[in-house]
Amino acid sequence: MSSAQDFLSNYGKLLLQGTIDTLSMLFISTALAYALGIVIGVVLYVTSPSGLRPKGVFNAVLGWIVNMTRSIPFIILLVALMPATRALVQTTIGVRGVVPPLVVSAAPFVARMIEQSLAEVPRDSIEAAEACGASVPRIVWSALLPEALPSIVRGVSITLISVLGYTAIAGAVGAGGLGDIAIRYGYYRYEDEIMVVTVLLLIVLVQLIQSTCDFISNRIDHR
Amino acid sequence: MISLQHITKIYDGGEHALRDVSIDIPDGDIFGIIGISGAGKSTLVRCVNLLERPTEGRVIVDGQDVTNLSGAELRSYRRRVAMIFQGFGLLAQKTALENVCFPFLASNGKVTEADRAKAKGLLARVGLADKASSYPSQLSGGQQQRVAIARALACDPEYILCDEATSALDPASTQQILDLLQQINQETGTTILVITHSMEVVERICKNVTVLVKGKVVEQGPVEQIFADPQNETTKALLGKGSWNV
Ligand SMILES: Nc1ncnc2c1ncn2[C@@H]1O[C@H](COP(=O)(O)OP(=O)(O)OP(=O)(O)O)[C@@H](O)[C@H]1O
Ligand SMILES: [Mg+2]
Repeated sequence: MSSAQDFLSNYGKLLLQGTIDTLSMLFISTALAYALGIVIGVVLYVTSPSGLRPKGVFNAVLGWIVNMTRSIPFIILLVALMPATRALVQTTIGVRGVVPPLVVSAAPFVARMIEQSLAEVPRDSIEAAEACGASVPRIVWSALLPEALPSIVRGVSITLISVLGYTAIAGAVGAGGLGDIAIRYGYYRYEDEIMVVTVLLLIVLVQLIQSTCDFISNRIDHR
Repeated sequence: MISLQHITKIYDGGEHALRDVSIDIPDGDIFGIIGISGAGKSTLVRCVNLLERPTEGRVIVDGQDVTNLSGAELRSYRRRVAMIFQGFGLLAQKTALENVCFPFLASNGKVTEADRAKAKGLLARVGLADKASSYPSQLSGGQQQRVAIARALACDPEYILCDEATSALDPASTQQILDLLQQINQETGTTILVITHSMEVVERICKNVTVLVKGKVVEQGPVEQIFADPQNETTKALLGKGSWNV
């Protein structure tokens, strides 16, 4: 009991700060990645050969850029983007310094997830909307996205959990957060307890993300 | 009047879906287009509201060539021509009422109280007044198709295109839908184009019929005449008066 109290008074503040940093990295970069990824995903869907506005060459080029970005491992992207990151947010460390590479890395992933969710919407319902005389932006906004929403929300949990993994990698190069703590204390200083506690915290986070998204998705799905 | 003139459709893969099809659909008619699977019926009806562009030929509506319309003009043309699908085409995440209101959203960007009142009236018209807040998954196939009909009526269309509207339904629901279409035609004078592979459907509600075989019109005329004296082998087979080995 007293050892638990000791542990908390020694590391409580550190772990709290780590959790806050991890959560800020996670939610800020995922939100920005979705802002970008939804646009790219919708454009990919709409311009695909069987889409509402087929644009073969454009679609192929955009798809190729998305794939290229996705094929660069995160740790390499993080380093390669450092000059751009510094120019954009004046630093390459801390939460601020890691948000740009996280966004660049997650946005194409999000774009493919969105494209996939949109492709699951039955063609009939979209054609019916088109036959009603709806414009393409209207179809996207009032039919496609609302129809795909439950699936998009399920995708959010997958994205959040992947980005959580990336934040731990970013921790290794000065981003802070739980990953940083696990490496500094658990790996360099052999302090097993703190390693175990960070792992437990991460497990709880993943479970929370998964069940929250599942709950919301089931709640809004009327199929 | 819808006048299809020398419509040919060749899909990107090289599939010749329609060959020189010419059909005049008189105003106020219930006009049947019948053919077996793959005959090109869906392609033809989709050429009418330009979900598919004909490769050659023209679609003339009330004297206006609509074949090459685009943008706002195309959208306002489509509001004059409603469509009903075999798979209903309802939005699964919207209630029956929201589905019926969708054409208002499509044309005005918003749904007013008056629109909603009209939509409720239409739901009552198709016998679903009590289902306004149900989602499609909570409705039977026949009920979903009636919601789709209410949606089709929202913009007071001059024409209604039905692509196999009853093919997914049991006989009782089929009967109900056909009766409904017939009443709408009688009450409002809306021209209805009925695509089907069933002679029963044609016999029940159509005045005129065109028989489509492999993308070509092989027979055309008043239903009684075609039924009494079919000339083409496929027509005879569809009527159960001949064999399918044609
Ligand atoms: N999008 C498409 N791309 C290529 N070929 C197509 C496409 N749609 C239809 N076809 C082809 O065109 C021909 C006519 O198809 P269509 O769907 O118009 O027939 P249908 O009479 O409606 O048949 P069914 O009764 O099965 O619905 C078929 O050979 C079909 O394979
Ligand atoms: Mg068809």
